Amino acid sequence: MESSNRPLVLARFALALKNIDYETVAVNLTKDGGQQFSEEFQALNPMKQVPALKIDGITISQSLAIIEYLEETRPTPRLLPQDPKKRAQVRMVSDLIASGIQPLQNLSVLKQVGQENQLTWAQQAITSGFNALEQTLQSTAGRFCVGDEVSMADLCLAPQVANADRFKVDLTPYPNISRINKSLLALEAFHVSHPCRQPDTPPELRA
Amino acid sequence: MSIESMMLSNHLILCRPLLLPSLSQHQGLFQGVRSSHQPILYSYFRSSCSWRVRIALALKNIDYETVAVNLTKDGGQQFSEEFQALNPMKQVPALKIDGITISQSLAIIEYLEETRPTPRLLPQDPKKRAQVRMVSDLIASGIQPLQNLSVLKQVGQENQLTWAQQAITSGFNALEQTLQSTAGRFCVGDEVSMADLCLAPQVANADRFKVDLTPYPNISRINKSLLALEAFHVSHPCRQPDTPPELRA
Repeated sequence: MESSNRPLVLARFALALKNIDYETVAVNLTKDGGQQFSEEFQALNPMKQVPALKIDGITISQSLAIIEYLEETRPTPRLLPQDPKKRAQVRMVSDLIASGIQPLQNLSVLKQVGQENQLTWAQQAITSGFNALEQTLQSTAGRFCVGDEVSMADLCLAPQVANADRFKVDLTPYPNISRINKSLLALEAFHVSHPCRQPDTPPELRA
Repeated sequence: MSIESMMLSNHLILCRPLLLPSLSQHQGLFQGVRSSHQPILYSYFRSSCSWRVRIALALKNIDYETVAVNLTKDGGQQFSEEFQALNPMKQVPALKIDGITISQSLAIIEYLEETRPTPRLLPQDPKKRAQVRMVSDLIASGIQPLQNLSVLKQVGQENQLTWAQQAITSGFNALEQTLQSTAGRFCVGDEVSMADLCLAPQVANADRFKVDLTPYPNISRINKSLLALEAFHVSHPCRQPDTPPELRA
């Protein structure tokens, strides 16, 4: 698993928050032409992306589908509130990031736009999305993205901020995003699952 | 029952341009027909994400009002201040329901599922639910965003067709392989689910971008079964209040 890949980090946060022990199989997205393109991995996830989770005899891909499954089968601590309207807000914020920002700046899209355009493209996707996210958070956020409890939305936010940093997006226009991210990074689950502390983190990027 | 009468019984068709004054000022025009508590769907006829929600509302027999948001007219009505206040992402769909406004089609559908649970759009078994969400997300995160209007604008007119075809082909290759494990009569098993609500509109997009569906027998078969269903029929882009005359069924 490529250590800084956002959807992957998201899944690791969830596993950490729910105290689920797991084994890591590293899939290096850049080595050997990209290990996600191997026949073996393609059989696990036809989209040729990480994460994929083998659990309870099945393999699930798509980070939010994984998290919702963990929530339904290991319900504590909660990652979604009980109230349906709050749950809708959590899913809305999660999807804003997971459908509205991340796919537009993932590795395969950046390859397609070409090296000279990559930075501008990624910055545009993130800025555009963060403008919307910041405005959304003005209605939904308390201490965290939705109210005062950590939810699936927060699991999406922190890794996306890490991507924003990688692509040198200025976070000054986004006080809610910055504040919430800071609170999240202080939590144990976000700390242990951070890209800089994974089995496959390259030495030069290791914390 | 004719399609027209079924449409009227299923939802109130207002189809007013977005920039007109707020809803309450229009109540006089539609006395005796409108319920002030009806959900309001902000939709564009051709938006695949809007279609997903229209299908869910039809399947669950939820009456609603349509407010058309034309994504190409007036520079794109989704960019108006009024609409941006409703959905900061400046995209359709958005649904006003039960006193809140929800954007993101799958978040809307999951809310409808939790508050109007029958008929089901997600199976009961958690592993099957995971499969439904996985297939839904494959389409809703892995394909559609890469070929939506704003991305196509960015890649430029001369590259749009190739770009869209690449995104859809790549995603459909994965989807077809995934369906080999999950599909029965529909995407996951033999019941219509949220995954199917994502599939049919994405196939319509594939057709628009002239993607050859021959390599995708499961996708084609399931799509055909879905289009025969009433809810997919009444919610189809060719039958919406804002469907242009030349595209109307």
